[in-house]
Amino acid sequence: MKQALASLAAGLLFGLGLTVSQMANPAKVLGFLDLGGDWDPSLAFVLAGAVATAALGFRLVQRAGRPLLAPAFRLPAATRIDRPLLLGAAVFGLGWGLVGFCPGPALTALGLDGLTVPVFVLAMFAGMLLHRLQPSGGKPGQMATPARSR
Amino acid sequence: MPSFIPLSALIGGVLIGLSATLLLWTTGRIAGISGIVGGLLRPAAAELPWRVAFVIGLIAAPLLYRVAGGTTPDIAVTPSLALAILGGLLVGYGTQLGSGCTSGHGVCGLARVSPRSLAATATFLAVALVTVFVTRHVLGGAP
Repeated sequence: MKQALASLAAGLLFGLGLTVSQMANPAKVLGFLDLGGDWDPSLAFVLAGAVATAALGFRLVQRAGRPLLAPAFRLPAATRIDRPLLLGAAVFGLGWGLVGFCPGPALTALGLDGLTVPVFVLAMFAGMLLHRLQPSGGKPGQMATPARSR
Repeated sequence: MPSFIPLSALIGGVLIGLSATLLLWTTGRIAGISGIVGGLLRPAAAELPWRVAFVIGLIAAPLLYRVAGGTTPDIAVTPSLALAILGGLLVGYGTQLGSGCTSGHGVCGLARVSPRSLAATATFLAVALVTVFVTRHVLGGAP
C-alpha cells in the first residue's frame, strides 16, 4: 500500500514533468527529431534536466543501501550489448519517429485527446503482448535482486 | 508550430528526474515506463498495485494540473488512425524486445551511465531521426 502511494506520487511527478515540458505533445517531440526542418531543441533540455537530476538523486539514494519500502534495489543486471537490445531499440525508434509518442507521453496524453491517443495506447499494449506471446519472448530484463526462477 | 521554451523544458526534465529518484528511493525500482507498463501484462499479483498506481499518476497529472489552473499542451498527433496503430505496435513491441524506452534507457540508464542504455538510446534516437527525415522530407506529407 505504501509502495503504491509512493509510486502514485512518482507517476504524478513524471506526468507533471511531461506536461510542463510539453513532451506529452507529439508535435514537440517530432519538432526535435526533425533536423531538416524548424528544429525545436526542447527535448534535449528535458533530457539533460532529467538525466542530471536522476544521476545526482540515484547517487544519494543508493548510499542508503536499500530502499525505504522494499527489501532491495532492483536494478538491471544485464551488461551485454546484444541483438535484442539493438533490434528492439531500432523498432521502437521507428514507431517513435512515425508518431512522436513514446510510452510515457502517450499515457500522459490519454486524457487530453479524443480518439487517436487511446488507439495508439491500445496498439502499444498489443505490441507488448505480441512480444510476450512469442516462444522466445516474454523474458523480463535480468534483475540483480532478488533472482526469481521461472 | 509549438514554440521552444527552454526554462519549462528544463523544469519539466528536473521533475522527471525527481520522479525517477523518488521511485528508486521508495520502491527500489527504475522508472522505465515501458517496463512498468509491460509488467502489467505479466500475471504477478504483488506487482500490480505499484505499477497501476504509477500509470494512474501519469494519466491524472495533466488533468490535475489543468484543474489547478495550469495550461496543458495541445495534443497535435497524426490524424491517421492506421499510422497511430502501426506506431503503437512498433513502440510496444520494440520497447519490450529492447528492454526499455526513452525513460528507462534514456533517463534512468544514462543517469546510471549504463553502456547498454547508451547503446539503446543512440540506436532509437538515430532511427527516429532518420524516420522523421524520410517521412517529412523524402516522402513528404506526413504531419
